Amino acid sequence: MKVSAEDVRYIAQLSRLTVPDSEMEKFTQQFNEILNYADILQKIDMEGIEATPYVLHISNSFREDVAKPGVSCEEALKNAPAVHGDGFKVPRVIK
Amino acid sequence: MELYRLTAHELHEKLLKKELSSVELTKALYKRIDEVEGDIQAYVTIDKENALAQAKKVDKMIAAGDKIDILTGIPGAIKDNISTKGLRTTCSSKILSNFIPVYDAHVIRKLRGVDTIFLGKTNMDEFAMGSTTETSYFKVTRNPWNLDMVPGGSSGGSAAAIAVGEAIWSLGSDTGGSIRQPAAFNGCAGIKPTYGRVSRYGCVAFASSLDQIGPITKDVTDAAAVLNVICGKDENDSTSLNEPVPDFFKALVPDVKGFKIGLPKEYFGEGLDAGVKDTIMSAVKKYEELGAKIVELSLPHTEYAVTTYYIIAPAEASANLARYDGVRYGYRNFEAASAPEMTTLSRTDGFGPEVRRRIMLGTYVLSSGYYDAYYKKAMQVRTLIRRDFKEAFEKCDVLLTPTSPVVAYPIDWKMSPLTIYLLDVTTIPVNMAGLPGMSIPCGFSVGMPVGMQIIGRVLDEETVLRVAYTFEQATDYHTKYAGGEK
Repeated sequence: MKVSAEDVRYIAQLSRLTVPDSEMEKFTQQFNEILNYADILQKIDMEGIEATPYVLHISNSFREDVAKPGVSCEEALKNAPAVHGDGFKVPRVIK
Repeated sequence: MELYRLTAHELHEKLLKKELSSVELTKALYKRIDEVEGDIQAYVTIDKENALAQAKKVDKMIAAGDKIDILTGIPGAIKDNISTKGLRTTCSSKILSNFIPVYDAHVIRKLRGVDTIFLGKTNMDEFAMGSTTETSYFKVTRNPWNLDMVPGGSSGGSAAAIAVGEAIWSLGSDTGGSIRQPAAFNGCAGIKPTYGRVSRYGCVAFASSLDQIGPITKDVTDAAAVLNVICGKDENDSTSLNEPVPDFFKALVPDVKGFKIGLPKEYFGEGLDAGVKDTIMSAVKKYEELGAKIVELSLPHTEYAVTTYYIIAPAEASANLARYDGVRYGYRNFEAASAPEMTTLSRTDGFGPEVRRRIMLGTYVLSSGYYDAYYKKAMQVRTLIRRDFKEAFEKCDVLLTPTSPVVAYPIDWKMSPLTIYLLDVTTIPVNMAGLPGMSIPCGFSVGMPVGMQIIGRVLDEETVLRVAYTFEQATDYHTKYAGGEK
């Protein structure tokens, strides 16, 4: 067992998710199955091997610094679940 | 023959000769959708009104003698993770079930530029996370070759639609095989271009270092036609490559004499279904008859590819999907008492189990104490996988493998997530190395289509297309039709 139900609860919290108690046992078991399989990576000697975060060797793709029209306020609010004036409305943050 | 069974290039000839109008063609496709969609469930959203208005416009263009592209006036379908301005784009997720994009993806803009027709948006695994299209929030798409079987995924709707004639061409996206595997399961052609060949702007992000858009079509010529429109540099995607885009039609030469085709032994070992293996080996024999030289070689780090992928892709997904917070767009749970609780409840309600699993897996492998053991190591293995391919391409022009070790399997076939992940072993390494890979049909096993994968060097889609085209022109598998005998 790499992770316990307690660990899963913590990872869920970091992910801004919850795992219902009824699914916890199965979820933890499947999570461990995947992580145990990942142990095969420990077999490889990685000494001196550089990482590949991206396959392309391009960097700093620049363009001219010219202002272009963006998304209007009206459009930005089109898909909002709740709106107040020109802004997104959310539950109270500061009491 | 019914119009919906023809290819884009055949229908284009009919439009040019005025044997057919785009309106007639578009109506014929919607008639076909009415006939079979109840069984197949390929679409999430249908956009009949705009499609018919667009077809009318194209007919006027043709009457006026305007120059038209092969895709002009030809009805296609778009995977529902590609943004279409004004047309709902859901990623087959509850969290985006009411999302209407305010801008077009780069590929959509390019396709509108040639006045093609969009019939609607196709079903997929939620956020493209899956290989069966069963994780869609809305519906399960069925394989037209056998309705009890999965269409593959995650672009299952786009592939099923092509196989059954619910669209003439379609777009999918491929992060670990999501174009090639459903193309194989449905007997279609599907190509994942080189990473960076096609702009990802407007393709809802899953794993940004792996995602790539590409076509699923009835034959290789149609795939080239779509690539000709969608490839090229886009300043809105800084990872899109500033490389000249060739005319892919010029690559369609039916000749592989003297070409070296590599067979990596790791793709033909344990876990490969016997029927799939026999079918692929017959295709290899066909290539030998056509004058190609077969080279056996090894990609020694293949066995690590799946694990590497299921660390890197969830890690990137956990960051990309952090944007779904219930604030600016998407589903919101209105019962929460505070803003943080609103985010947690909205995400828990809005994402399905597979998406939640992958976000959490990604969060775990990136978390302090585990980053070096998992994520860093996976990025190092990625280097080794790339090196394997580089060395292989010193010995051959393309690699030939099964697209999937199995044919389409039954819907709701109780497999564990890990078992399903392991079936991606043949497609994942191609994404890890950013290479172009294509699947084309090469036969049948237990009545289901078998796909073979042709993998090329970086930016060498032309050789991939040529090798695929040569086989296609020498065989008739691309003309076989799902449900044709109904």
